[in-house]
Amino acid sequence: MTLKIIVLAKHAADPESEIHVSADGKGVDEKGLVFDINDWDRYAIEEAIRIKEEHGGEVVVVGVGYADDTLRKCLAMGADRAIKIPLDSGMDSYMTAMAVKEAIADETFDLILAGLMSQDYNNALTGPILAGMLDIPYATAVTSISVEDGKIRVVRELEGGYGEENTLPLPALITVQSGINEPRYVSIMGIKRAKTKELKEISVDAGEGRIQVEKVYVPPVEKAELIEGSPEEIAEKLVEILKDRGLI
Amino acid sequence: MMRVFAIAEVSSGELDPVSIELLNLANAIKGEGSAEAVVIGNNLSEFAGELAKHADKVWKIEDGSLENYNPEMYVDVLLQLFSREKPDVVLIPNSSRGAEFAPLLAVKLSAPIVTDIVGLDFSNGVKATRYIFQGKLLVDVLVKESESYVFTVRQGVFKDECRVEGEVVDSGIKPSASPKREFVGIVEPEAGEVDISQADIVVSVGRGIDDASNIELAEELAEVLGGVVAGSRPVIDSGWLPKDRQVGISGKTVKPKLYLALGISGAFQHIMGMKDSELIIAVNKDPEAPIFGVAQYGIVGDLFDVVPALIEKLREVKG
Ligand SMILES: Cc1cc2nc3c(=O)[nH]c(=O)nc-3n(C[C@H](O)[C@H](O)[C@H](O)COP(=O)(O)OP(=O)(O)OC[C@H]3O[C@@H](n4cnc5c(N)ncnc54)[C@H](O)[C@@H]3O)c2cc1C
Ligand SMILES: Nc1ncnc2c1ncn2[C@@H]1O[C@H](COP(=O)(O)O)[C@@H](O)[C@H]1O
Repeated sequence: MTLKIIVLAKHAADPESEIHVSADGKGVDEKGLVFDINDWDRYAIEEAIRIKEEHGGEVVVVGVGYADDTLRKCLAMGADRAIKIPLDSGMDSYMTAMAVKEAIADETFDLILAGLMSQDYNNALTGPILAGMLDIPYATAVTSISVEDGKIRVVRELEGGYGEENTLPLPALITVQSGINEPRYVSIMGIKRAKTKELKEISVDAGEGRIQVEKVYVPPVEKAELIEGSPEEIAEKLVEILKDRGLI
Repeated sequence: MMRVFAIAEVSSGELDPVSIELLNLANAIKGEGSAEAVVIGNNLSEFAGELAKHADKVWKIEDGSLENYNPEMYVDVLLQLFSREKPDVVLIPNSSRGAEFAPLLAVKLSAPIVTDIVGLDFSNGVKATRYIFQGKLLVDVLVKESESYVFTVRQGVFKDECRVEGEVVDSGIKPSASPKREFVGIVEPEAGEVDISQADIVVSVGRGIDDASNIELAEELAEVLGGVVAGSRPVIDSGWLPKDRQVGISGKTVKPKLYLALGISGAFQHIMGMKDSELIIAVNKDPEAPIFGVAQYGIVGDLFDVVPALIEKLREVKG
């Protein structure tokens, strides 16, 4: 069976880039931030392309907000076409899901793949909210997907290394946990081919948001006692500590 | 008069302690109202009794078909209960399962939802506090006024116990439809050759180790120390270490005499797996890395400078 798959991909700030609270205290300063495809979505797009390669079909990638670079990356990896929704939904996953729902209203699909969470806002909401709005079955934090006749079999991650196997009839929505596959690199050929692929912009009305940011701030932490000096001096002090504790 | 409902978590035949934490929070915010627990599953009397020590009321939703978790069925029975009982606030653990069914419940209740909260304040509008950027920042969000609100709550935060002694009520509610998604079974963790949870010394590497080829360096250090090598999730996701070496919420919990964190930022999901170690020493380039919040000793620096020097020094003293 061939499958039409919709993948949600966010162009997201890397939490390992330089982070400063913005001057108004309600956001994060864009300066210093490095943006790329959300890490979880990298796994989601890879999974979609693999399913297509095995079963045939189409992969459509959808981005909300400034998403061009990420959408092009997905096209270069092997997605067939892209939809960009020009809307700043900020931290409000409800608005993001509503925007996607509106933008894909004319698409038929068998499967929607999203990431488990965005690496910047960490809501883990957009996927399951969208599934709820569309009234389709879903599973989150999925670590393996296999396609069977008219349904998929997934393992979702529980705590402590345990998993939970479920089957879902199609259409269904899955949010992907990291490590589900090994995402491919973008090839020069892929980038060339991507240039001829469709990137369509669809404007939608996503209604009102449900949350508003009041304040962003750096968490107060009790700091460890710092050991300073040259690497040799540090090593010496560490050895002292380990000796004192009877660890060596 | 606020009615705050806490959905208990039962997994592997046990009541998860996070259930009591939800009730601690419920009691703290209920004001003149009530803190009510809901427990879903099969054979729940024992758990309901335990919950009743911390709740004004415990609602049992019991049925053979609820033996195994299913988000559609959980939401089905909760909607039946809530159409009768009209909650103001619904608290759900931010566990793998709670985080999965909470958004569907919120959509069906037309309620706003905020996930993984560490603070909640109803004194002036509705304000929830949560981490963003993987623990690097906190945000206070104001939630739009609504008839009800859904929050998923981070475990280990609301520890101040509250004793109440309430009653257990059998809700009589049964699932009204069979779910589209079907539960097949539980998948056990893979067992490897080394059990990191038994080791006295754990040398743990994170994304800062940068490449599979650098794992050797950690192995060398573990060898001189007589410990084992473990890692954070990205290291395991990249295939640099086997799955059974993962420390954290979705991996193993370790409590060694020494936990050496090399190039690990200290995300909550990692910290949950190692915070009870006797001694934590962290090496990280970033002075703001959250790992320094749980470590006793910190080294702000490059692990590729510190680790070779440490190996050499250890070899020297050990002869
Ligand atoms: C549901 C769920 C479950 C999860 N379960 C787990 C889990 O069980 N275990 C787990 O670990 N994570 C888990 N995670 C992932 C977790 O949120 C973090 O993404 C992860 O812990 C980050 O790993 P890290 O610290 O190695 O990488 P990063 O966050 O990328 O940090 C790398 C660190 O290395 C430092 N660094 C870089 N180079 C050097 C150098 N040369 N010298 C010194 N320092 C350097 C950087 O400053 C940075 O702080 C889970 C996430 C979710 C959503
Ligand atoms: N702006 C966006 N554009 C496209 N997809 C998004 C966007 N925001 C969130 N998503 C998808 O929803 C997932 C979860 O995001 P979140 O609810 O913000 O944690 C991400 O991994 C993406 O797959």
